[in-house]
Amino acid sequence: MGRLRTIGRRSFLIGSAAVLGGVAFGVYRANRPFENPNLADLPEGAASFNPWVIIDSDKITLIAPHADKGQGVFSAQAALIAEELDVELDQVEISFGVPDQAYFNTAFADAAVPFPQYDFSDMAEGARGFVGGTLRAFLPIMGTGGSSAMPDSYDKLRHAGAVARETLKAAAAQQSGIPTAELKTEAGAVILPDGTSLAYTALAGVAGQIKPVTDVTLKDPSDWRLLGKPMQRVDMAAKSTGTQNYGIDHQMDGLLHATIKVNPRQGGVMNGYDDSAARNMRGVIDIIEITGGVAVVADNTWRAIQAANGIEFDWGPAPYPAEQADHWDVLSNSFTSEKLNAEARVVGDVDAAPGEAVTAEYRSPYVAHAPLEPLNATVLVTDERVDIWTGHQVQMMLETVVADITGHAAENVHLHNMFMGGSFGHRLEFDFVKQAAEIANSMRGTPVKMTYSREEDFAHDFPRHITMGRGTGRHKDGQVTSLDVEIAAQSVLTSQMSRLGISLPGPDVQLHEGAWDVPNLNLPNIRVRSYKETGLAPVSSWRSVGAAPNSFVYDTLLDETIHAAGADPLLERIRLMGHDVSVKVLETVGEMCNWSGHDLGDGRGRGVAYAFSFGVPVATVVEVSQGDAGIKLEEVWIAADVGTVIDPVNLENLAFGGTIWGLGHAINSEITYADGMAQQTNYHAHEGMRMYQTPKMHFTALENTPKIKGFGEPPVPPAAPALGNAIFAATGKRLREMPFHKFIDFV
Amino acid sequence: MRLTVNGQAREVDVEDDMPLLWVLRDELGLTGTKYGCGIAQCGACTVHMDGLAVRSCQVAAATADGADIVTIEGLGTPEALHAVQAAWVEHQVAQCGYCQSGQIMQAASLLNLNPTPTDDDIDIVMSGNLCRCGTYPRIRAAVKTAAVKMQGA
Repeated sequence: MGRLRTIGRRSFLIGSAAVLGGVAFGVYRANRPFENPNLADLPEGAASFNPWVIIDSDKITLIAPHADKGQGVFSAQAALIAEELDVELDQVEISFGVPDQAYFNTAFADAAVPFPQYDFSDMAEGARGFVGGTLRAFLPIMGTGGSSAMPDSYDKLRHAGAVARETLKAAAAQQSGIPTAELKTEAGAVILPDGTSLAYTALAGVAGQIKPVTDVTLKDPSDWRLLGKPMQRVDMAAKSTGTQNYGIDHQMDGLLHATIKVNPRQGGVMNGYDDSAARNMRGVIDIIEITGGVAVVADNTWRAIQAANGIEFDWGPAPYPAEQADHWDVLSNSFTSEKLNAEARVVGDVDAAPGEAVTAEYRSPYVAHAPLEPLNATVLVTDERVDIWTGHQVQMMLETVVADITGHAAENVHLHNMFMGGSFGHRLEFDFVKQAAEIANSMRGTPVKMTYSREEDFAHDFPRHITMGRGTGRHKDGQVTSLDVEIAAQSVLTSQMSRLGISLPGPDVQLHEGAWDVPNLNLPNIRVRSYKETGLAPVSSWRSVGAAPNSFVYDTLLDETIHAAGADPLLERIRLMGHDVSVKVLETVGEMCNWSGHDLGDGRGRGVAYAFSFGVPVATVVEVSQGDAGIKLEEVWIAADVGTVIDPVNLENLAFGGTIWGLGHAINSEITYADGMAQQTNYHAHEGMRMYQTPKMHFTALENTPKIKGFGEPPVPPAAPALGNAIFAATGKRLREMPFHKFIDFV
Repeated sequence: MRLTVNGQAREVDVEDDMPLLWVLRDELGLTGTKYGCGIAQCGACTVHMDGLAVRSCQVAAATADGADIVTIEGLGTPEALHAVQAAWVEHQVAQCGYCQSGQIMQAASLLNLNPTPTDDDIDIVMSGNLCRCGTYPRIRAAVKTAAVKMQGA
């Protein structure tokens, strides 16, 4: 009954998404089959059995449609296909392909149903299936985000490889007269019983003439050649030799370079500007007005940036509080019934729970994405078509957004997706491409590459949302008996959708994710409530979105209550968990670090934190020491359950990287506003972690979750609370606000 | 200005104060050297000038006049990897990879000057190079592997 009541109170995210789709896409007919986009321009003699495989007489091309921000899905998608197709990765070309509905993301449904992702009951899975079908019918979004690339791709791409393999075998059977049952496949060829090898490329002409064989059986994982074993990513040599082309590196004949300046008070108007000095600077070709500011077009990026810095502007005020203290004040006053977003989880009765109370307030600041490759886009507009070269996570919607600017039909707008020098969520946004499109549209026939200066990137980030948490934990007889958590935050979904001109109906699930869905099934009293604020600075998805600030609130309050109870931080978390997969994760991290308690003496201490995000339970232990120079991060142990490991090497790299991302920003990074502008203008004021601070790190992956999960984001949320908990263990000082360096010195 | 880039004599007509970074990227089309911050905070633009690692965003064209510049493209190629690049591939260092040109040029310079760096040496020298993806544990390991390989060479 409790669950049904919860469903009734919570609206489906799909409700919001459907509105988005109605506006941005129109509504598609249900059950319309998606055509294979490769068939449109398929050359004579080539074969494409499905949207992911093209074979001609020269080469095998695999389409890896998910965007690669650095997480390695370009390689991983190809490996999923190659495993079943029986080709080696050095025998194929891999392409991001052409944005198309055929590549819609089937895994977005997992996050769009009101069931925690540890719930694999018939009801939860049924709802995911229903929403998945609805999404396919009405809103087939192509997109990369929410750690969904592997859940989306795992079955689909292996199936695509298997269909291609079986069709090639059927072609070989037709050509040789030997039954398919007697044919084998290996390294890009069909092998006849006598050992004769028929290369796939040689079979393409025949295979293209027969109906794809779709009744296929996927290999048992015990038979995998590539998957689950350490891989060499296909982009590694290029990325180690400066030969990987990112969006910012795109070159073409006649290319001009541009940069922009828009109101640093985000969303404020431009009252006026004086560009008389800038116009006379060397290399400046034109200065044009764009929405909210101006663009300088020049023959060199540096000249464009210099000229932009030489323009005097009269900017209007910010449409949000000008001073940072006022942002906190607004949140502080947001814990009201009017701003209640959701009573997301109610178990037992926290008000009647027995025991002594621990009450605290927590703050998680705005934080920049600041991917190292500054935002950029190259656009060429002609009367017939628009071409865009940039790295973007929402490929088809981007084409639609640009079409609105240039007046072309969306099918005549072509995104050429590029490798990204990081994103962390910023490349879900559209502004930078819209600005490039405005510039190029005013110079039809001339390709223009628009590049943000790093300062513009900081000024116009839509940072991680600001969050305030309040809570009361109770303990009795050495055990935690109750957790009552309230979270007030600037709503990311509302902010993102407002930039598309759409309002968010119903609650924002991200405001309590990472708190409401912690499977503390043995804790008798839990309440998680979230409050939605919308009047603060514009914000966007920041690697792990709500889970990072919410885990900081939830897990730190839990840690405080455990310490007040006099219990062991790891053992009490295990006792409370009651979710077998998560218990195993906690036990594993304990075994990895030989856990013997939080206080190691001599100013050394350990903190453990557990977080559940994107369906992945992660437990992190951080060990720190307090020395004369400050806190030193000594060692970190991470255990996580991703269901199925595709590449253990890349997975470990993501575990370390996500943890470093979480730790570094928790230590030293925030965006604060003064006079309506972000005060941090470059990395000197928003560093993240550097190598000298990086601890020794260890990682173990588990595979007990019933479905495969993505891992780009889940390592992030437990990092900050684990560090805060470790600092408490070492020093007795409890840190309740990030960044921590405001309150304690670090080495 | 005239300069030598990856063994080739080049001549460009630019302002004295144009950073070498933008001479390389936008005038010479050598895009392996990356723009990250423009203020020597990230190290993505690191190249070798007369044998030393420098932040090319901080080297004015006038200063680079007559200099011998080696960029990531001149260190090695996918077909003929430098020992540091080979170690980067062996350890699967890169995620997004955008900082790695600078990391590799910095590491190659470190190993030229100090063929047997301690862990502290590596941390101190490499801490000027930011990696937003957090590949530091693998960079540490790759520098050590490269040091051993270069010793044996």
